[in-house]
Amino acid sequence: MDQLALAPHDHGEPHQPLLIARDLKKHFPVKGSGGKAVQAVDGISFTVRKGETLGIVGESGCGKSTLARLLLYLLVPDTGELVFDGAAVGDGITVGALRRHVQIVFQDSYSSLNPRMPIRDSVAFGPFVQGKPRGEARRIAREALARVRLDPDLFGPRYPHELSGGQKQRVNIARALATGPRMVILDEPVSALDKSIEAQVLNLLRALKRQLNLTYVFISHDLNVVRYLSDRVLVMYLGRVVELGPVEAIYARPAHPYTRALLASQPSMDPGRRIEQPPITGEPPNPISPPAGCRFHTRCPFAEALCTSVDPPLPLWTGPPSHIAACHLADRMRPARLT
Amino acid sequence: MAEINAAIVSEPRPLAGAGGVEAEQGPPSTRVRGYWRSVGFRLRHDPVTLAFAAVVLLIVLAALLAPALAPFDPYKESIIGRLKPFGWRGHLLGTDELGRDMLSRLLYGGRVSLLMGVVPVLIATLIGGLLGVIAGFLGGRTNTAIMRVMDVFYAFPSVLLAVAIAGAMGGGMANGMLALSLVFIPPMCRVAETATTQVRTLDFIEAARASGADTLTIIRYHVLGNVLGPVFIYASSLVSVSVLLASGLSFLGLGVRPPIPDWGLMLSTLRQSIYVVPYVCALPGVAIFVTSICFNLVSDGLRGAMDVRM
Repeated sequence: MDQLALAPHDHGEPHQPLLIARDLKKHFPVKGSGGKAVQAVDGISFTVRKGETLGIVGESGCGKSTLARLLLYLLVPDTGELVFDGAAVGDGITVGALRRHVQIVFQDSYSSLNPRMPIRDSVAFGPFVQGKPRGEARRIAREALARVRLDPDLFGPRYPHELSGGQKQRVNIARALATGPRMVILDEPVSALDKSIEAQVLNLLRALKRQLNLTYVFISHDLNVVRYLSDRVLVMYLGRVVELGPVEAIYARPAHPYTRALLASQPSMDPGRRIEQPPITGEPPNPISPPAGCRFHTRCPFAEALCTSVDPPLPLWTGPPSHIAACHLADRMRPARLT
Repeated sequence: MAEINAAIVSEPRPLAGAGGVEAEQGPPSTRVRGYWRSVGFRLRHDPVTLAFAAVVLLIVLAALLAPALAPFDPYKESIIGRLKPFGWRGHLLGTDELGRDMLSRLLYGGRVSLLMGVVPVLIATLIGGLLGVIAGFLGGRTNTAIMRVMDVFYAFPSVLLAVAIAGAMGGGMANGMLALSLVFIPPMCRVAETATTQVRTLDFIEAARASGADTLTIIRYHVLGNVLGPVFIYASSLVSVSVLLASGLSFLGLGVRPPIPDWGLMLSTLRQSIYVVPYVCALPGVAIFVTSICFNLVSDGLRGAMDVRM
């Protein structure tokens, strides 16, 4: 009940998903190719539960950042719909309302701040454009800066070039928080930071989530970071979801060969477990013309005839607890435990 | 906002490092300096630019205060006092071919020349800058449409274009300024378009959109501030070009009409007397040269002070 008391916007029950994405598709047409398109996001569905952190992992170019932008309607999906707390975007709630509830933190902390604006104005901009008077917006900005542990008096009047990368990323987090969102999309927020700063920012994100009762969608290619922060993990490959499940299930018993390969490609601290062969070879196929059948079959060490012809739907394989994967062979691979 | 507020109230001092991250305390000696103040700081430590800026200021003041400073009526002719050298009967800088006082005419001529130098640049900055920001921010077809039209103007050399436009519309000061404005709009538009295109793709624009800001608000608060610097630098360098071109138009009889004093026009009419009083005849040219080079060097200094990668 505490949760509800803290979230006055809440419409449904705590069990109603905060965000449902249904069959989101975004294809970018390629000029002069006669109707070909980069299938950046190709039919992705998932839910984000209230108060959880959903991690999204995948290689570069698999559509993670496109997906992040679709969730905020910064890119308009070709097809599919978003349902935010029971209200469909464009039907139940407007895009403007969605953006009041959902905010985003980008990877590049440098280019996400206006170089000609003192950071307190950058932070105050959100509340200001959402109708708060200037003084009120400034006060909110001060609170938000204090929340990310930057002294508003010391840092507020500064310009982005006077801040370190970690400080800038904290300003970006403050900027996202200033509008009082319920959900924050973190698009590789720590990928550009030093390891030591990374830990600081991750701890800050954890603390803020607890204090402000936030829901995160955390996008990263760093499996350790995702594991540290996430409750559930969604694995993407070439614009599709290949596996989705609770974080421990995914890391301990990955069902999809791609997830296994991703996990195996992490450098091991244990020399005895060092592997000579890279677990996954080659470049991902061209997203303009993805392979027929399972999109991973060109790189999959287990691929069979079936995989080259039949596209496996996502809930093809279901395991406990609500762990799903899109693989024809997932059942046979079950005995393989990684950790 | 309610969540943030509620949580802040429940936590009296959020700086206390509860989340495992210590509050950031920058070095207390670090001076916080805004962009424009840092530009001012760099300018103050640039003696060359300061010196030339002082000369520009003198020229502008002299032109503004021409009625008070001019020792004679710039239109008063004298049959016997034609083409006299420096210092003849109180005419400090001599007289022209109609016996008019050169110093007075130079002072009054500065008003016309500076006006012709600044007004077209202002007009071009407003129109060209606006078109450039629109083209750069909207991109796509709008960009193509605007920029290709500008390219058509680009195809002509600027002097030729100015002469052609002024010639087609007939002489006169207003037409001359109009011609110069049209000549300056395309390059101005290009500068604004480039700056806007660079900014548009940066994440902070997308973040602003994610905060719920519409296009006009984003342009006003996030684009203009970043475009203003390059546009201002370019405009300041155009002033000297404009002074030169305006003088050229007057020289060709396409700008200011006699007997209004204008440096270009004075140079044109006095050139026939160059063998009689060479130094007097060179004066309008010197004035044009000095003004133009001073504006140029000041704009160079501004570029150095403002064009910092941050």
